[in-house]
Amino acid sequence: MTAAVEAHEVTRTYQLDGLAVPALRGVSLTVPAGDYAAIVGPSGSGKSTLMHLLGGLDRPTTGTLLLAGRDVAGLGPADLAALRNRTIGFVFQAFHLLPRTSAVDNVALPLVYAGLRAGERRRRASDVLDRVGLGHRLKHRPNQLSGGEQQRVAIARALVTSPSLLLADEPTGNLDSATGAEVLALLEELNRESGVAVVLVTHDHEVAARARRQIRMRDGRIVAGGDPS
Amino acid sequence: MRFAEAWRVALDALRANRLRTGLTMLGVVIGVAAVVVLVAIGTGAKQEVESQVQGLGSNLLLVVPGKVSFGNAPTISPMTMSDVNAVSRVVGGRDRLTASLSSGETVRVGTASQYVSLLGVLETTPTVFTRDLAQGGYLTRSDVDTARRVAVLGWGVAQRLFGDRDPVGLQMDVAGVRFRVVGVFAKLGQSLGVDRDDEVHIPLTAAQRLLGTSRVDALAIKAPDGSRIGELGDQVVAELTQRHPGIEFSAVTQDQILGVLGQILGVLTGVLAAIAGISLLVGGVGVSNIMLVSVRERTREIGLRKAVGARPRDITVQFLIEAVLLTTLGGVTGMGLGIGAALLVAALSPVPAAITWWSVTLAFGVSAAVGIVFGVVPAQRAGRLDPVIALRTE
Repeated sequence: MTAAVEAHEVTRTYQLDGLAVPALRGVSLTVPAGDYAAIVGPSGSGKSTLMHLLGGLDRPTTGTLLLAGRDVAGLGPADLAALRNRTIGFVFQAFHLLPRTSAVDNVALPLVYAGLRAGERRRRASDVLDRVGLGHRLKHRPNQLSGGEQQRVAIARALVTSPSLLLADEPTGNLDSATGAEVLALLEELNRESGVAVVLVTHDHEVAARARRQIRMRDGRIVAGGDPS
Repeated sequence: MRFAEAWRVALDALRANRLRTGLTMLGVVIGVAAVVVLVAIGTGAKQEVESQVQGLGSNLLLVVPGKVSFGNAPTISPMTMSDVNAVSRVVGGRDRLTASLSSGETVRVGTASQYVSLLGVLETTPTVFTRDLAQGGYLTRSDVDTARRVAVLGWGVAQRLFGDRDPVGLQMDVAGVRFRVVGVFAKLGQSLGVDRDDEVHIPLTAAQRLLGTSRVDALAIKAPDGSRIGELGDQVVAELTQRHPGIEFSAVTQDQILGVLGQILGVLTGVLAAIAGISLLVGGVGVSNIMLVSVRERTREIGLRKAVGARPRDITVQFLIEAVLLTTLGGVTGMGLGIGAALLVAALSPVPAAITWWSVTLAFGVSAAVGIVFGVVPAQRAGRLDPVIALRTE
């Protein structure tokens, strides 16, 4: 079975005022289908950069990156967008829901770009909202929902295209611990039942401890929990 | 489907910032309304002038000494009554032409007085020019032959000097000489700021005696046949040049007059439209500005849309539709306002205004084009945003 994502000796260097700033200094990582991993490390260790690469939001400076078996090096922005749409779901710390837009329309957003008809989009979005326990909140707008509910809507949106990889950047960072635990339990359940690979980035060691494996980063390198070599 | 979503999002964004949308649209509204109104006024003026020149009569040929062109001073005419008779033989009869001698004079009735345009003419004037009488009759051949002191008044002159009285048969004073009123012209009204009802016609011979001259200023000929009008003009000019060696004469047709006037009014309309176009341009810059603000404000939304699979083109199209929607809504409002204003101008002022479908369509098309032209830079900027940076923006 194809790995959800494979990175070989990936580097990423940013140009800041003509100065080359290395964010990743050679990272190799394979996330097999159905994996549940947590990336941990101090600020500036390259966690976020790695996550952006794994999610196809960015491309490596050098090295090879395969998303669902496809090399991103040969893909233009439009093809990369289509690949993200089909294979990756994002969950953000700040939820990033569209204001003035109902829960069901927020969840259906990726399906707009997948080219589905409105009726089909609604149907799938309500199914997924049902599954995250928000079947009774379809028409609510983000400002009418609690933080935990908003993050559930965001998770539903990440799942609606049935991706092979779900990337969560500090998914519990804006939630109190009880609500955070509920959200984590939901992610674990989804990982167990639907087999979607989950990679989450976190500062929180308790959160990281619940993952099947922990990937530790420091100074742009993986220092522990990387691929067995 | 993506297109439908783009429309929905654009409408939603415009609705979410109603005041801003309204103010931004205002620039386009004013620009489009200005184009519609100013073009309507320009076109209306042109139509009015054309209908007036046509309304003079058909197949007209005007003969004057000197060269007819703008910027040339009028020449003192060497023509006399004997030239009129000679030309009448060339054109085939006295009833095919009329002659005129004009002057500005004051006319008086009792204490009422009025400065009028006094025209000494032949009795054939109503057959050459289209001119209807409201009361009485026109000058006769014997009036002209005997230089009788009779006058036909313009409608406005009759109103001001005689009020409600029927002036026919009454006496009036023209430059100190008594004249008897024999008729009153039908009302023509004001046009382009000129009162066409302040004319007084008297026999050419009486006018010559009154002004102490034997001169004839101009001839007007009604050609029997429109296709031979140029040829006839050449014959008349040849006859006059022979009688007055070394002096130039010109014969102009209605079409030539229309051509010159049309050119002037065309330039005028063009200048007005250009001024209005500038305001539309300023409106477009406003749209561009607001779209840049909108893109900046919604950077996170753009980042999110890209993360879930929007291609750069999807984002560009979304913002472009928003800009076009903004300007076309403004365009439609401006059209309505412009048409309303043009109708109001036409109804309440002497300035004519004619709404032409092409100016309305043009204004609408231009407003849509303004949306595309001024929306494309912000929209492309939105489409090219790096999703990583866009998502990080707070």
